[in-house]
Amino acid sequence: MSLLLDGRGLALVRGGRLLFEGIDLALAPGEALHATGPNGCGKSSLIRLVAGLLQPAAGTIERSEAALADEHLALDRELTLAKSLAFWRGPRLGAAMVAFDLDRLANVPVRMLSTGQGRRARLARVMASGAPLWLLDEPLNGLDPVGATQLAKAIADHRAAGGAVLAASHHSLGDDWRTLELTR
Amino acid sequence: MIGALIMREVRRGLAGAAWMPVAFFLLVAGIVPFAVGPDAQLLARIGGGALWIAALTAALLPIERLIEPDRADGMLDQLALAGASEEGVGIAKIVGHWLTFGPLLLIAAVPASILVGLDGAALVRTLVALAIGTPALAALAVAVAALTTGLPRAGSLAGLLMMPLAVPLVIFGAAATGVDPGGALKLEAAVALLTLAGAPFVTGAAIRASRT
Repeated sequence: MSLLLDGRGLALVRGGRLLFEGIDLALAPGEALHATGPNGCGKSSLIRLVAGLLQPAAGTIERSEAALADEHLALDRELTLAKSLAFWRGPRLGAAMVAFDLDRLANVPVRMLSTGQGRRARLARVMASGAPLWLLDEPLNGLDPVGATQLAKAIADHRAAGGAVLAASHHSLGDDWRTLELTR
Repeated sequence: MIGALIMREVRRGLAGAAWMPVAFFLLVAGIVPFAVGPDAQLLARIGGGALWIAALTAALLPIERLIEPDRADGMLDQLALAGASEEGVGIAKIVGHWLTFGPLLLIAAVPASILVGLDGAALVRTLVALAIGTPALAALAVAVAALTTGLPRAGSLAGLLMMPLAVPLVIFGAAATGVDPGGALKLEAAVALLTLAGAPFVTGAAIRASRT
């Protein structure tokens, strides 16, 4: 089966410092990869590299359509949650809002959301996008146990449907994840 | 996506501070008679140029809200993930910004022309010159906003960057408001076209560069 993510020999330089080199990444449908390592080892940068927001210093990267959840909210604060999420045109927005328990917040302005609710909104945008490759940067930060369970279920459903996930996190994400250990 | 982004720019412009550049434009135009004195002939002769200076300074005001909030909030990154090119984002920003800047400025130019003592014919020439020039001012504002995004003191830096870049536009635009404009209007249109054609590429490259 064709790979959803295929990165070979990746190296990244930021601010004149080599963050990592010789990283190979491959994700087939249904697979999940957990990037782990100490602070400053380049986990978030790896996610941004795969997202296409940073250019590798060496190596090649090919990927299918992807969706990203990082530390930024990227929603218009003056709009309601439903309207601001709808800007992103996710084909599965309704299901995603239910999956993360956001449907009851649909008419709440984004600026009134709590940190955790904002976190759920970011994850809901990824799920709503329908993209086969999910890129999650510290997805568990700010989530309560219920939110973490919802995320685990969303990821399991996504993988069962032939999607793949690349996540950077300090927390354990599950037993069926491959891990990529980045060192400093 | 580009259409939705234009709509978003217009909505945010109108909900936010779209009236501010216009108020600024009228204020600068209103100060001119105080600065140069009430000599009607002198005022009428420099009036067109004065309105151009007012328009240029008014165009500086919105720069800070054009790109930086979207960069800081990850909006630009999500747009890239959603498949919008940075140049496309630049075009949407320029169109959306002009829609909340150009027409309002043209309306305000009517009372402003009275403040600086322009007659009817001069007002028409000024309106035509501003109608051609404001899209270029909007494009410059977006490009400069992208070039300075994420930098410390971006606001003042943007002003320093934009004013020299607008000099050709102001030269021909102001000349086109005079009694004997000659080819000034065509030259203004040429400069405006060049600015409009180049700005999306500058904006796109600047957005990409801001990520590293």
